Amino acid sequence: MSVLAPAVPVTAEDRVSVASNWQLVWWRFRKHRLALASALVLLLLYVVVLCPDFFSTQDPEATEARLAFIPIQRLHVFDGWRPAPWVPDVVGKRNPTTLRMEWRVDESRKIPVRFFVTGYSYRVLGVIPTRIHLVGAAPTDGRERLHLLGTDRLGRDQWTRLAHGTRTSMTIGLTAVTFSIVLGVLLGGISGYFGGPADAVIQRLIELLQSLPTIPIWLALTAALPRDWSPQQVFFAITVILSLVGWTTLGREVRGRFLALREEDFVLAAELAGASQGRIIVRHMVPTFLSHIIATSTLAIPAMIINETSLSFLGLGIRPPAISWGVLLQEAQNIQTVALAPWLLVPGAVVILSVLAFNLVGDGLRDAADPYSQ
Amino acid sequence: MTRYVLRRLVLLPALLFLFSVTVFAIVQAPPGDFLTTYVATLASSGSSISAEQVEALRREYGLDRPIWIQYLKWMENLAKGNLGLSLEYQRPNAELIGERLVLTMVLALLSFVFTWIVAIPAGIYSAMHPRSVVDYLLTVVNYVGVATPNFMLALILMWGAFAFFGMSVTGLFSPDFVDAPWSVARVLDLLEHVWLPAVVLGVAGTARLTRVMRANLLDELNKPYVTTARAKGLPEWRLVVRYPARLALNPLVSTIGWYLPALFSGSLIVATVMNLPNIGPLLLRALINQDMYLAGSILLIYCFLTIVGTLVSDILLAWLDPRIRLEER
Repeated sequence: MSVLAPAVPVTAEDRVSVASNWQLVWWRFRKHRLALASALVLLLLYVVVLCPDFFSTQDPEATEARLAFIPIQRLHVFDGWRPAPWVPDVVGKRNPTTLRMEWRVDESRKIPVRFFVTGYSYRVLGVIPTRIHLVGAAPTDGRERLHLLGTDRLGRDQWTRLAHGTRTSMTIGLTAVTFSIVLGVLLGGISGYFGGPADAVIQRLIELLQSLPTIPIWLALTAALPRDWSPQQVFFAITVILSLVGWTTLGREVRGRFLALREEDFVLAAELAGASQGRIIVRHMVPTFLSHIIATSTLAIPAMIINETSLSFLGLGIRPPAISWGVLLQEAQNIQTVALAPWLLVPGAVVILSVLAFNLVGDGLRDAADPYSQ
Repeated sequence: MTRYVLRRLVLLPALLFLFSVTVFAIVQAPPGDFLTTYVATLASSGSSISAEQVEALRREYGLDRPIWIQYLKWMENLAKGNLGLSLEYQRPNAELIGERLVLTMVLALLSFVFTWIVAIPAGIYSAMHPRSVVDYLLTVVNYVGVATPNFMLALILMWGAFAFFGMSVTGLFSPDFVDAPWSVARVLDLLEHVWLPAVVLGVAGTARLTRVMRANLLDELNKPYVTTARAKGLPEWRLVVRYPARLALNPLVSTIGWYLPALFSGSLIVATVMNLPNIGPLLLRALINQDMYLAGSILLIYCFLTIVGTLVSDILLAWLDPRIRLEER
C-alpha cells in the first residue's frame, strides 16, 4: 500500500475521506469550544467521583456542634506576589444572649494551605490505603481550621461533604442512564427489528409509561421503599425508579432507527452473506446509530440528576447518612438558616454547573453525531 | 378525525383502569395496612380507639378481605364520589383536596400564561436577530434556566427576598386571608402572592419553549415565501408575525396538553419548598404518613389530568397536522 501511495501531500480532504466515523465525530465535536470546556468540567467532576476522600479535608461525618456555621474561608492563591496559597483564619465568639458560637473571618491572620498533606486514613477506590489528601492546612500550632466552603448546622465540613455528594449524585445520573440505555436499546430493538405483536405490546407499554405523571409517581414509589434499607439498596432502588420512565424516549428512538435501517441494502447484503441476526444487529445496525444514542443519553443525564436532587431534597430520595447533592441541600430548606449561612446554597450551584455542562456536551455531541451532515 | 377522537375516548377508561391498579399497588406497597399505622399514631398521641371501632373501619374498607376486594371497594367508593377519610386530618378527602386542587390549577395556568407571554416574543426576537448580543444573552439565560432545578430557584429567590428586603415570600395568602372565606379581597390577595411561584414554576419551560420557538422560526425564515413577501415590501415585523411565526407555532400548540399536566406535577416540588397550600404538600405528607386513600386519590387525580392532557395534545396535533391524520387511518 505504501509503495503505491502517490507522492502528493495529504490534503485535509483526503484526511476526511479516510478518517473513521469516530474520528470525524471527534473533529466536529472539537470545534464546539463550549462543549469541549464543559467536557473538561465533567471530567474533573468524575475524577472527584473516583476518589472523593482524596479531595476531602476532614472526615465527612465528623460533627462538632461548637464548629457549626463557620463561614467560607476564601482561598487566596497569592500571598502578596508570591504563589503561596492561604486562607484567613476564623475566630469564634459566644454570643452572650443566644449562647451560640458565632464565627467570623479574621483577615489579619493567615493560615497557609499546603498540597498533598497527610490527614485521616482512607482507601483509594476502596483498595489502596493512604493518608494523602489534596489540600490541607499547614500544621502549625494544631488549632488551625480549614473549611473551604464553611460548615453546616452540625459543624460538618461542607467542602468535604460536597466531594462525597458529588460521588453519589454523579453516579446516580450515570447508572440510571445506563439502565435506560440497556432497557431502551433492548426493548426498542426488539420492537423495531421484529415488529408484529412484540412491537405492539412494547409500544403500548411505552405509551402507558409516558402518560404517567412522573413526579408524583416517583414520590409515591420512593416513599414506598422500606425504611430499614441500607444506603446501597436505596441507591439501587432510586436508580431503577428513575430509569423506569427514562428508557421510553430512547426506546422509541431506537425503534425508529431499526425500522428505517431494516430496509437498507447493507442489511440485506449481510443477510445474504449468511450473517446471523445477532451479528447483523450488533455488528451492522447498532454502530450506525450508536453516536446518536450516546448524544441522547448525555442529554438524559441532567434530568436524572435534577430528579434525584429534588427527590432527596424532599426527603424521599437518598437518605442520610448517605450524602448526595439533594441531601446537602436539605440543610438549606429553612430560609432563616440560609439567611444566616448563605454558603449552604453552594451545592445548588454545583448542581446547576454539572447540569449545564451535561447539556452543553450533549448538544455538542448531537451536532457532531452525524459527521456526514452539514 | 371523528373516528380518531372516538377511538381515543374509548381507550380512556381502559387507561384509567390500568392506572388505578398501578396507583393502588403503589400506595398499598408499604408494609402494614393503614389502620395499623392509624392505631399506632393514635396511641402515640395519647388517645385510643376501641377494638370495635377498628373492626368497623376494617370492615368498611374491606381490609380483612383479599387485596383485589380492597381494590374493588375503593373503586366502588370512588364511583360514588366518596374519596374516603383522611386519617391524619380526620376529614373527608374530597373536602381536603377540593380547594387545593383549585389553587393548583390556578398556579399552573398562570405559570403557563407566563411561559407563553415571555417565550414566544423572546423566541421570535432571537430568530430575527440571530447572533446578536440579545440572542446570545437569551441563549445563556435559557441554558441556565433549563439547568436550574425548580426548587433551587425557589430557594434562591426566597433567600434573596428575605436577606435583602426582609420579606417572607412563602405561601399564597397574607396571614389575614389564610383561613378567610372566598371574597374579592381574598382573590386580590391571592393574585398578589401567586405570581412569584408561577414564575419559578415556569422558568424552565420558558427557556425550553424559547429555544424551540427560535429553532422553528429560523427554519421557516429561510423559505422562499418569506423572501417573496419581503421583496413585495412588507415591513419585517408584520411579515414575520403574520406568516412564519404562525407556522413555527404549530408544533408548539400541540404540546399544550402535555405541558399543563407537567406543570401540575412540577408544582408539587415548588409548592413544598415555598409552602404553598396546594395539592403538592398534601400528597407529600400523605405519602410519608401512609395516609393511603388520600395519597391514592391525589395520585389518581394527577393520572387523570395527565391522560386528559395527552389526549388533548394528540387531538390538537392531529387536527393541526394533516400528515398525522393520514397515518392514523
